Amino acid sequence: MLKNTLAVMAFGAAAMQVQAATEIEWWHAMGGALGETVNEIAVDFNKSQNDYVITPVYKGTYEETMTAGISAFRAGEAPHIIQIFDAGAATIINSKGASVPVQDVMSNAGYDFDNNDYISGVRNFYADEAGKMVGMPFNSSTPVLYYNKDALAKAGVKPPKTWEEFEKIAPKLKAAGYTALSQSHTPWIFFENFHSRHNIQLTDGNNGFSALPTKLMYNNESLAMHLTKLKEWKDAGYYGYYGRGWGDNQSAFEKQEVAMWLGSSGSFSGLKQAATFDFGTTYLPYWKSVNEDAGSTFIGGAALFTMAGHSKKEYQAVAAFFDFLTKPETQYMWHRETGYVPITNAAYELAKKDGYYKANPDAEIGILQLSLPGAEWTKGYRMGFYVQTRESIYREIDRVMAGDTSVDAALNAIVKDGNSNLKRFARTVK
Amino acid sequence: MAKQVQFSNSWVPYVFIAPQLLIIAIFFFWPALQAFYLSFMLEDPWGLSSTFVWFENYQTLFQSSEYLYSFIFTIGFSAIVVFLSLMISLVLAVKANSVLRAQRTYRVLLTWVYAVAPAVAGVTAYFLFNRHLGLFYDWIVATGWNFAPETKAFDSMAMLTLMAVWKQVPVNFVFFLAGLQSIPKSVREAALMDCESNMRRFWTITFPLLAPTAFFLVVINITYAFFDTFALIDTLTQGRPGGSTTSLVYKVYQDGFLGADLGLSSAQSVLLMVLVMALVMVQFRFVERKIHY
Repeated sequence: MLKNTLAVMAFGAAAMQVQAATEIEWWHAMGGALGETVNEIAVDFNKSQNDYVITPVYKGTYEETMTAGISAFRAGEAPHIIQIFDAGAATIINSKGASVPVQDVMSNAGYDFDNNDYISGVRNFYADEAGKMVGMPFNSSTPVLYYNKDALAKAGVKPPKTWEEFEKIAPKLKAAGYTALSQSHTPWIFFENFHSRHNIQLTDGNNGFSALPTKLMYNNESLAMHLTKLKEWKDAGYYGYYGRGWGDNQSAFEKQEVAMWLGSSGSFSGLKQAATFDFGTTYLPYWKSVNEDAGSTFIGGAALFTMAGHSKKEYQAVAAFFDFLTKPETQYMWHRETGYVPITNAAYELAKKDGYYKANPDAEIGILQLSLPGAEWTKGYRMGFYVQTRESIYREIDRVMAGDTSVDAALNAIVKDGNSNLKRFARTVK
Repeated sequence: MAKQVQFSNSWVPYVFIAPQLLIIAIFFFWPALQAFYLSFMLEDPWGLSSTFVWFENYQTLFQSSEYLYSFIFTIGFSAIVVFLSLMISLVLAVKANSVLRAQRTYRVLLTWVYAVAPAVAGVTAYFLFNRHLGLFYDWIVATGWNFAPETKAFDSMAMLTLMAVWKQVPVNFVFFLAGLQSIPKSVREAALMDCESNMRRFWTITFPLLAPTAFFLVVINITYAFFDTFALIDTLTQGRPGGSTTSLVYKVYQDGFLGADLGLSSAQSVLLMVLVMALVMVQFRFVERKIHY
């Protein structure tokens, strides 16, 4: 990583001597191997032309990156590009003066921009009601089910398509010596995506796209049923709840205590390195009893936003970088290296043509799931102070799983907190 | 006789203390005033709009059961951490002071933990207590305790308390040992002639003489338990499970730095400041009176 950073900097310095290249900064939250791939993209972009130099800066977790961006903006020192995660989308998109919509950046700089170039599941999440893209989707993932092939073979079962099927196979997996399931992100997988998969409304105001929402709708029968089942499964030894930490739940799968794990499609490459067994990937299960035609899920991950207050020349540089980033070759590289889905149709076609999915059929599951037919409530959501609401979800689910509270009481507490967050946030938007 | 220096101009001393005053003003008074101002505002995260909302932020906090829990947790956690770390370090200091051979080695062994940064201690503890990697986890489970800090509130709090105490014992130890060594030998010898019981000598002679040190340490330890345990919490539990280890400081961080709600977060930090100031004031008024330097 250091080597790459140095390479970026060295190249930047070299370019500056040739001519005064326009320099832009890109703050991101991609640590470890992901960070190295980010640096690689930056180096490639800097090498590809002589007018612009981009410097990626790692700022910590998603929350830390957003906070760093907020303080920098307040001090008048905002970076040009900042990576903001799904739960923070409302925070930046609703503040009209904080960012410049990516679609404007592109067209002002003279690039053709057509959001139909982007795959359908990705297109809307960071767009406004009219479909104008505000953030450039970057690392996009979606929750999928990973399963241990040996474990399922030992129990003589197939990976479940629905939760009804899951209920049938879980006892068999238990008899074979496995906990059937664990998952790594309760708010994302069991709350937000539960609603998109089953096409259930999340908030008023068209999930927050057409108006600032004030009513969170998590206290619905379907979710209550799902969580009640989850608790029953936990008590029966079918569901392993290892707290709210992502890694604790994933390693239970890697250590083969657990036969199936719900994680991110972006976890694929990491899992491939860590797992010593053969695993497969399939769609996020759904309840047939809730919705027979379960559809697309939301994208998770984060998008790149262009911060306000920079010069025209710098926006030109940002546009050139976005153009480079969305090239099929760049996207395909990113997809291959990280496991995140390619965001444009052209990149997806390239991966197909290259035979990537023939060799790695599991790598296609995420994008296939995102390309499932969408419906009214599968576009995304826009909820203010949602980071705090997610915190309430984590907290209440911990308590439900420990048996300290009931599912109904937990959902009511989440809705109460969530509503007050939404209302509070709505008053900050002018 | 001490030599006294008299300044002819009254402004000269102020010049000398000016750098210190400036540092306090910039790094303490200015942020404190900012927090006070923000605690009455409802602001957009980016600072593009702000509304004066009177005491609404405070009202929100007083009506929140989570905030009340966090308050109770912080008080309870601090009391236990302060009590345990003072007791343990006092025992260790008394024992180390009476050791005749290799006293230096004991002292170094008991002190070096102080050099470990709280965040490093937290990360280390995370690995030691982790169910998939941890050595301590295996030992604890071997005793028959179904230890699960990631899902059980009690286990998580126990783990956090253990680490917080472990980190603080060395500091207290150094001060107690210094306090013990400053007790004149003649006093101890006189006491030894009057009284045979070790225990009684300790409580009637040694402990009262240690009282100024102990008082100072109580103040320092309360501040530690309130504020410095933040790094431990952030690296070890992040307030989980179910918000059971969310201290007041961690909540300020969650709402302000993770959630970008500056008004609510500032109100919390103002309340925290008032609380700690009140605690220290109470100590100085009621406890310090009983201490003779």
